[in-house]
Amino acid sequence: MKLVVYILKRLGLMLISLFMIVTITFFLMRSIPGDPLSHMARSLPEQTRANFMARYGLDQPLFNQYLIYLRNLAQGDLGESLAFPGRSVTETIGRTSPVSAQGGGIALAIGLVIGTVLGIIAALFRNRLPDYIVMIIAILGVTVPVFVIAPLLQLVFAVRLGWLPTFGWGTPRHMVMPVMVMAFLPIATYARYMKSSMLDTLGQDYILTAQSKGVSETNVILKHALRNSLLPAITILSGSIVGIFTGAFVVESIFSIPGIGTHFVTSIHNNDYTMIMGTTVFFAVLFVVMQFVVDFIYVLVDPRIKLMHETH
Amino acid sequence: MEHLLNVRDLAVSFHTHAGEVKAVRGINFHLDKNETLAFVGESGCGKTVTAKTILRLLKPPFVEIGAESSIEFQGQDVIKMSKKNLQKYRGKDVSMIFQDPMTSLNPTMTCGKQIMESVLLHVTKNKKEAYDIALDTLKMVQIPDPEKRMKQYPHELSGGMRQRIMIAIALSCKPSILIADEPTTALDVTIQAQVIDLLRELKTATKAAVILVTHDLGVVANFADRIQVMYAGKIVERGTAQDIFYKSRHPYTWALLNSVPKLAKERKQALYSLRGTPPDLILPLEHCPFAARCQYCMPICKEVFPEETVIDGQHSVHCFLTHPNAPAVTPLYQMEVSS
Amino acid sequence: MMKSDIPKEKFEIIGADESQQELIGRARVSYMKDAWRRLKENKTAMAALVVLCFLILMCIIGPMISGHSFEEINPAHRNQPPSSEHWFGTDRLGRDLFTRVWTGGRVSIIIGVSAALIAAVVGILYGGICAYFGGMVDVIMMRILEIFASVPSLIYVVIFSIVLGNANLTTILVALCVAAWVGPARLVRGQMLQIRNQEFVLAAQALGVSSFKIILKHMVPNTLSVVIVAITFAVPGFIFTEAFLSFIGLGVQPPNTSWGALVAMAQSEFMFFPYQMFFPAIMIALTMLSFTLFGDGLRDALDPRLRK
Repeated sequence: MKLVVYILKRLGLMLISLFMIVTITFFLMRSIPGDPLSHMARSLPEQTRANFMARYGLDQPLFNQYLIYLRNLAQGDLGESLAFPGRSVTETIGRTSPVSAQGGGIALAIGLVIGTVLGIIAALFRNRLPDYIVMIIAILGVTVPVFVIAPLLQLVFAVRLGWLPTFGWGTPRHMVMPVMVMAFLPIATYARYMKSSMLDTLGQDYILTAQSKGVSETNVILKHALRNSLLPAITILSGSIVGIFTGAFVVESIFSIPGIGTHFVTSIHNNDYTMIMGTTVFFAVLFVVMQFVVDFIYVLVDPRIKLMHETH
Repeated sequence: MEHLLNVRDLAVSFHTHAGEVKAVRGINFHLDKNETLAFVGESGCGKTVTAKTILRLLKPPFVEIGAESSIEFQGQDVIKMSKKNLQKYRGKDVSMIFQDPMTSLNPTMTCGKQIMESVLLHVTKNKKEAYDIALDTLKMVQIPDPEKRMKQYPHELSGGMRQRIMIAIALSCKPSILIADEPTTALDVTIQAQVIDLLRELKTATKAAVILVTHDLGVVANFADRIQVMYAGKIVERGTAQDIFYKSRHPYTWALLNSVPKLAKERKQALYSLRGTPPDLILPLEHCPFAARCQYCMPICKEVFPEETVIDGQHSVHCFLTHPNAPAVTPLYQMEVSS
Repeated sequence: MMKSDIPKEKFEIIGADESQQELIGRARVSYMKDAWRRLKENKTAMAALVVLCFLILMCIIGPMISGHSFEEINPAHRNQPPSSEHWFGTDRLGRDLFTRVWTGGRVSIIIGVSAALIAAVVGILYGGICAYFGGMVDVIMMRILEIFASVPSLIYVVIFSIVLGNANLTTILVALCVAAWVGPARLVRGQMLQIRNQEFVLAAQALGVSSFKIILKHMVPNTLSVVIVAITFAVPGFIFTEAFLSFIGLGVQPPNTSWGALVAMAQSEFMFFPYQMFFPAIMIALTMLSFTLFGDGLRDALDPRLRK
């Protein structure tokens, strides 16, 4: 019962957030001085121009445009591309996002696993060689931007060694470098987070209790420390997902991957406002939903959150 | 007679930025089967460090145990024990209850599993049997609704109940020694008495020897057979409970006794409080560490640490007041009683 | 058992010596002094600080010592590798990269540091108001903040960069700070609420210390240390975001430049002239690395829980 109330409450808040985001984005985009056509630097005859404005509903009063946008949005229609008339924004996102999700998903999974393992190793070998190595990797991962790592890998693996294709998408060989680049950040984030989380857990009183029971060092870590230090790591998952997507803007452009990141950057160059706005709304929805899912998982797996249990 | 536990020259120090903090400074004591030995003293006097060292729970490199120190349990030196033997010794031979039941239980493991973990390590490999033993132990610690508690997580229980779970974990493998480190300090006053009563009953039932660590002489009164008073890492007075409560000779013990509230006394009398704080354990402290706070301090007290004087039987004290040349003084404690 | 050759006068009761009771073995050190000592002991943090000082110094004097202007186009010297004439080589228009790297560094570092400071100030005000007034004000302001926080900040940055158009230092700073105050605001509010409920503040109140003094003596120093650490960690983030904006074409516009813009420009010709990218990239990495490591050291030094 409590769980249902919690979910409904969170869903309600989520919808309010989304509504605000859409509203703010809409009026911001419309507040750009001049109309979209002038930015596209096309000189058109007056009649064509009027047709164009009518086609995109730009001849309507601003508030009507807003209502129409909301109504279409509710039906999943994000409008039509300004740069490429006839191309639906929803359809374009539907076509490009699976590509990004595939690469990003693999990178995230690899990053989480490697990062977590490295973080635990660093904590267990604190102030010894493995700790230093892991922390160097982690610091580099956080501080060296992707647009530096990516060309470096291209230079080494594609140009000099010729092992992997420089650009493109489709085969597993194409995926190796982009995934490596994208996994670097989550590896670094999780290694750092897991190390401090693990050290924090190892300093807790219940670890002492476990040791006083005669539990072996390995089992103290596996049965008592690991679970308790992994749980809070779930909370930074939504941040990592966003990191993967924003990283994708750059990584996809560099590797010419036909994902949503490349597409977003292209629409910025083309001043394709409906596309930019549609993609922004899509990202916002994605992020808000992800946050909800992650919080929900956290509630499910951590018994300390008293939602599901009757309380005293 | 062979003692169950025999501790010789135990010295423990911590390495910090400011230097070496000598928390325990060469203490000797023993524990026999079936007896309750209490360590009493203010916070920071080294009593908890002593207790944890018996289980080797303090880890290098920040903690150092003196080279001369030995902790003998049934002929084995705990300090030199291998990792494997140490794991068999912890929980099975000696187990421990910690101060704060709110933080000493694993929050993501059910209470039942936490008790069974010990049993599976030391008593049986059979899960069903382990469950039964855990349940029996829960019944023994008089927890209401034990089957339900087995499935619950620590955060679902009250502080008193959690401490009962801790006691159940500690007693589940029938250890020869139970160390209780301030077992009631973190609990409500009403629960404190219950837990102490329970510990006393269980001690009789399980025939375990108990080391009770506390700053509260009131807790010790009807429980301990022998009491050792610690101050600044040293045992300053030891004796049977009778000796300490009625015939104590050390001014620090007098001060501790005076700070216990007594119902029988005139209500209006203010509770005694000892002024000042214990010395910083980073100091070398070659003299009597209590000298600065002692009403009976003499010049000699600031020069050397007094050797042990046996009063009678098991009662002994480190204090220059017992020296033949020292003036006779009226103990603070008895003075207050007579007034 | 006891030595009986001790002279009698040694056994004269002199009583407790109050002046000796509080004798403390270690020297008392103030919080800031202790923090500074720990920071100085941290070799990594000190090395990072030295590198940062060097980078900032080079950004100030670098463009003056090369003998070239950052805008000076020399068609005869296109895409030259590093030489005694052009220490970092030249770009595809024949501009001296040494000068451009340090000119770009000025922009990158100024943007990074100012954005972090602006975000921190706005955050302190917002979070401080929430914590100070509490009640309905707090609830409403936190709701607004949550809406801001529910969208990745990079999205705001991109949208605002597009909306504000013609990128210059001001518009980039505005875009970067639109959502960046959220983190510091949360931090400050949390920290202040936590301190308010702590025993030493209650004790101070009970002793009759005025609330102004409590804020000045307890709230400000405790919150400030957290904010200083947050600022240090935020700077590399902003430098990265600015570089990202330049990379997707929304950053500093030519002929002005920044490290991000230099990297973006070099990226297309990276296969042929890797050195064009190497220098600005290494500067970004070095700056971010130094700020992060220095921030780590600062955090450890200011964390009173580690005080021994």
